Amino acid sequence: MYQKALYTALLLLGLVAPYAIYPVFLMKVLCFALFACAFNLLLGFAGLLSFGHAAFFGLAGYVCGHVLKVWGLPTELGLIVGTLAAGALGLAVGALAIRRQGIYFAMITLALSQMVYFFFLQAPFTGGENGLQGVPRGHFLGVVDLRSDLALYYVVLAVFVAGFWLVQRTVDSPFGQVLKAIRENEPRAISLGYEVDRYKLVAFVLSASLAGLAGALKSVVLQLASLGDAHWHMSGEVVLMTLLGGMGTILGPVVGAATVVTLQNYLASSPIGSYVPAPVVLGVIFVLCVLAFRRGIVGELAALVRKNLNLG
Amino acid sequence: MSDDFVLETRQLVKEFRGFVAVDHVDLKVRRGHIHALIGPNGAGKTTVFNLLTKFLTPTRGQIHFNGADITYAKPAEIARRGIVRSFQISAVFPHLTALENVRVALQRSLGTSFHFWRSGRSLEVLNARAEALLADVGLSDYRDTVTVEMPYGRKRALEIATTLALEPELMLLDEPTQGMGHEDVDKVAELIKRVSAGRTILMVEHNLSVVSKLADRITVLARGAVLAEGDYATVSQDPKVREAYMGKSDDAAGGH
Repeated sequence: MYQKALYTALLLLGLVAPYAIYPVFLMKVLCFALFACAFNLLLGFAGLLSFGHAAFFGLAGYVCGHVLKVWGLPTELGLIVGTLAAGALGLAVGALAIRRQGIYFAMITLALSQMVYFFFLQAPFTGGENGLQGVPRGHFLGVVDLRSDLALYYVVLAVFVAGFWLVQRTVDSPFGQVLKAIRENEPRAISLGYEVDRYKLVAFVLSASLAGLAGALKSVVLQLASLGDAHWHMSGEVVLMTLLGGMGTILGPVVGAATVVTLQNYLASSPIGSYVPAPVVLGVIFVLCVLAFRRGIVGELAALVRKNLNLG
Repeated sequence: MSDDFVLETRQLVKEFRGFVAVDHVDLKVRRGHIHALIGPNGAGKTTVFNLLTKFLTPTRGQIHFNGADITYAKPAEIARRGIVRSFQISAVFPHLTALENVRVALQRSLGTSFHFWRSGRSLEVLNARAEALLADVGLSDYRDTVTVEMPYGRKRALEIATTLALEPELMLLDEPTQGMGHEDVDKVAELIKRVSAGRTILMVEHNLSVVSKLADRITVLARGAVLAEGDYATVSQDPKVREAYMGKSDDAAGGH
């Protein structure tokens, strides 16, 4: 009940936010929040640290951009095709990576995502260093003109809410229960008759697809699919967002993404940014997070609330 | 049937880089028995155990379960066939509640384990069965306790409840009383006796007084090979066994 009230309040906040804050900035936050939620599904609930999620985010951006710009198809189709493409890539990468565990799993995802990155660098349809520019926003379902930032904002918000709901549903589902069991004690899950690799693969594909949805959405919002979205920096950034916000918490990735995007925007536009580059600030925050508040912002807050409830 | 064996190994061998950990072991576990596998440290008990549960692949030899060759089956597969193992270190899911632990084992039967779109409430149909299993092992009071906060002996009991949830034909218990105080040892031993009704149990066990109370048949391993086999009286009188244990069996024979 308490949780329901919180979500309702957040949704209301999301609905009125564009009247107070620049909508494009908010949409960027939502895209990254969805990306981080997708990543958290894998890291927080399946215990798998992927270091190549930028590949899915970036691929879906290019595919969606291509579908909208070159093929001229409707916006919603661009998002769907982008998501499916990321899911397919997730199936291929996941099938190879889940054979290994821990750091080896992370290394394989990193290596494969680097291959994807260099493919994008060379492939003709991506526009190389310039990226795929001038992606049309189009009309949503043929009626809503998305050239208006406000209209696009509500579509992005709706897609985000749907994605967020799916992540939460997955965590709560019978499937999520098995995932948690695998994360907690993999040999025991095997001994109970679960083919753990299949569960991991489904989780990986789900996570990759949702990461793709976020990437596709971003290319519509910024009208640009860029090489930077597929770079390993982006894979690192999503790890940072998730850890900073609170790995394995439902809201953590959202808070983490909002914090990181806000900081980047602030540093890019304020004079401080020219003295201290954003990566340095983020690096310092990351170190502080690991040293002082390992559960992340939401994780620490939740622990604090729980403690007070117990005392009271 | 006098020779109805649930599990049978034939000339089972496991080598690690030339070191022979398990040396031509022929093991026959009779249906309905509590069969104990004992032996001094390094005798290869745990290796045999891991071979049987497919966590290791044998170098040579065969393993048969109910007449079917399972030598190269995968671990999750034999679990579905009805062989369920426990682990030396307590095998629970620490951040799930006791009820959820048991439910993880039960939910496979629903066939919805891949349904990521389905509500978690759909698992509540299993609650009654899970509660009954918890009651069986005396854990009703711990229903909603997060497992990590439970005392050690209770975790082992929970592990047994989780294993029972699969209604295994053959239970493989890896040192079920290891690291327990006297009181817990007695409780768990009693529990094993109780759950053995209608099924077969193969257990690796250090505590000889537990073995003497529970086991219908005992196989003694030393240096990877079978040293002796028989009931407790036969085995404990065997001079080779006494030697292997270097007098330890004398204490245990006193039965404290």
